[in-house]
Amino acid sequence: MQDISFLIGGEAGDGVMRTAELLGKAFNRLGLYSFVINDYPSLIRGGHNFCKVRASNHQVWSHLEAVELVAALNQDTISRHENELTKDGLVLFDSDKASYKGSYKAYPIPLSSMVKEVGGIPIMRNSAMIGAIAHLYGIPLEPVNEILTWAYGKRAEKNITLAKMGFDHAKQNFDPILKLEPVKRDPTPFISGVEAVSLGAVKAGMKVYIGYPMTPSTRILSFMGTHQDELGIAVIHPENEIGVANMALGVAYGGARCMVGTAGGGFALMQEAFSMAGQSEIPAVFVVGQRPAPAVGVPTYTAQADLRFVLHVGHGEFPRIVVAPGDPEEAFVKGGEAMNLAWRYQVPVVVLVDKHLLESYMSIAIDERKVNVEPSSVAESWDGEYKRYKFTDSGVSPMVFPGTLGAVVKVSSYEHDEHGYAIETPEGVTNMLQKRLRKMEGIIEDLKKRETVKIHGDPKAENLVVAWGSTKGAALDAMQLIDKPLKFLQVMYLSPFPTWDVEDHLKQAKDIVCVEVNMTGQLRSLIREQTGHYIEKAILKNDGRPFDPVGLSGKLKEAFGWK
Amino acid sequence: MEVREFDSPAKNTWCLGCGNFNILAVVKQVMAELVESGDVKSEQIVISSGIGCHGKISDYIKVNSFYCLHGRVVPPLMGMKVGNQRLKVIGFAGDGDAYDEGVSHLIHTARRNLDATFIVHDNQVFALTTSQVTPTTPIGFKTKSVPKGSFESPLNPLHLMLACGATFVARGFTGDIPHLRSLILQAVRHRGFAFIDVLQHCPSFNPTLEKFKPKVYDLNKEGHNVEDFAAALEKAKEWNDRIPIGIFYQVKKEIYEKQLLGDRLLAEEKPLPSVQSVLQEFM
Repeated sequence: MQDISFLIGGEAGDGVMRTAELLGKAFNRLGLYSFVINDYPSLIRGGHNFCKVRASNHQVWSHLEAVELVAALNQDTISRHENELTKDGLVLFDSDKASYKGSYKAYPIPLSSMVKEVGGIPIMRNSAMIGAIAHLYGIPLEPVNEILTWAYGKRAEKNITLAKMGFDHAKQNFDPILKLEPVKRDPTPFISGVEAVSLGAVKAGMKVYIGYPMTPSTRILSFMGTHQDELGIAVIHPENEIGVANMALGVAYGGARCMVGTAGGGFALMQEAFSMAGQSEIPAVFVVGQRPAPAVGVPTYTAQADLRFVLHVGHGEFPRIVVAPGDPEEAFVKGGEAMNLAWRYQVPVVVLVDKHLLESYMSIAIDERKVNVEPSSVAESWDGEYKRYKFTDSGVSPMVFPGTLGAVVKVSSYEHDEHGYAIETPEGVTNMLQKRLRKMEGIIEDLKKRETVKIHGDPKAENLVVAWGSTKGAALDAMQLIDKPLKFLQVMYLSPFPTWDVEDHLKQAKDIVCVEVNMTGQLRSLIREQTGHYIEKAILKNDGRPFDPVGLSGKLKEAFGWK
Repeated sequence: MEVREFDSPAKNTWCLGCGNFNILAVVKQVMAELVESGDVKSEQIVISSGIGCHGKISDYIKVNSFYCLHGRVVPPLMGMKVGNQRLKVIGFAGDGDAYDEGVSHLIHTARRNLDATFIVHDNQVFALTTSQVTPTTPIGFKTKSVPKGSFESPLNPLHLMLACGATFVARGFTGDIPHLRSLILQAVRHRGFAFIDVLQHCPSFNPTLEKFKPKVYDLNKEGHNVEDFAAALEKAKEWNDRIPIGIFYQVKKEIYEKQLLGDRLLAEEKPLPSVQSVLQEFM
């Protein structure tokens, strides 16, 4: 089994992320499985950016903390990351910008001189670096050239020349690390949560995306914006998140499917409108990308600490759906499902993701047939006078839009009667509240037919790992490093909580560990609240970084008493 | 179409003599006229309102309505126009709603020139919450929360909207119903963001009707050039013995939804059958 892991680092603006993504994509095209995680501070130029690239001939779900190669565009990268190298690690660096005299093997390469020689611009150092890395992993130049042509089109020529210069220099001076042996497999996308959740929503009929920039969801706004014509959508960036959410309600009232994206802080501003969606029964999908909080927190890093927030966001009592995909494929499927559920039950739906899931790229199969526009509660006809909030057994009222002949469509933030006129009587208030709450029964029955949890590993194992969201990746890879039978329960739906799919696994298990990127054990407490089951053991952290599979496997072994 | 077809079954709870009644009556007449003249079908009209006394207008007209959160009248209007640009939308807000809680939305929607009408019931007071100051409350106005009198300089809504690029900026007066009716009709027929600040008397907390009546005059009858921005700014300063009402400024400019969508009608568009071509980019 081949499993490579290396790091590329430089200043913000040096093009590190692009380079890592291109390499990941090249590996993916060759038939390897790759994973790229980025790490950057909140600034535009300077500072320190790096990416970790992993590639293997089996499916990988996560990055690895340890690397065998540090590829440095500057001195800072070497001093910061030398300690992450494995025993036989290498330091590949731009010898025009940095030097290395440490204990690891030094591979100096004059990237800046090469760029000067071809009359290029500094950012083209990356292409020479890519060439050198290709040599180190036994990759021929052809696939590298293809990727550069794909990325730079007409401007690719100099980059291709530089890739060859980097490759040739490496060939003459450095021993390769290994020769990657691609496997024969069906091609898959190399994709991040950003694109996946966006495409899932579009496949489910989304016509409008509204967002205000905030890491880690800004990239959704950019992706939707750059692809708006191909996707047949409209993209709006309004004055603030309050505008975003209220506008989204207007779009749906007008008859078009809409999604919004934000982070925890932006979602805090949206919560009055979230409550309004509950009250007015207007379908709305909110993608919430978690990052370390409170307040601004650590803006460009990851966390899973807003679960309790989204479960309770918005004043008053109303049904809501919260779903947390764990990888891009799930982001695609659940993004689409969120849209369909919102329009079937006229409720607000949160797709809870995080920076790690949104911005990390991985090789993963996506079957677009898994998402379609499902039947909704939009009505073609109705009996008698149209009532937007008609009492029904299911609590779901037939929905039509303004412009429909013969229908007066009144929606309201006030408590209202079946027509939508404000009311205050105790019976009236109770009836309408119960109508809305009744929708949860239908949602639960619906979810019983969908995938609310996933069971990974050995389904008969007595030792159970419980996790949610992007921690799925590290948990799956950690399990590969543990030679004891282990079952992993990944919880995807968090509201309504799928007790029907969760309880048996908890009962069957002899020992359970819950793993989350938060310090208060939010899923753990939710499980106790919903099932009465108290999970004693938890592996928790909230330092802005996702779990590393190697580190997590050690912690799991310890927790299960296998050390 | 008959005006009474817009009569709603909701019981009206405004105070006797409230200026809101005048706005309500006029708006229903304008809507009937729009339908009658073939400008729009009644099912294509949507009204929207904020929270406060004025907000109840959503309940008091039997027409499509979006009864918003406080201060959030404009964003849903923009959203519904994006979803279906054939709709004719009229927003109503109080002075607290429009100039306090929701002022950011007002500023930006004026700037974008959304094709919408926005009518502010400006009675210079929070009435439903039993009298607190708003951004248009005059200096010296006493309430329980400022018993010594308000000392904050009031906002000039017309200056604000002119600065923001609204393409129709006007002032109405609930004491002159024929004028208000004509003004709202022109606003609704204006293609772009039409803003009317309506001087509205509040019989309970700010009975300004008799105070304003002798001062108010129609500036459009005095040779004001509505295309002259500088003159509009100058006229909007006038607030002493004479108070101008009418259209201060009106200009033609491309509307937001046309620039965003062209002629697309998103609510009626079929979903994209496949995202494969975009997925292919990631192979």
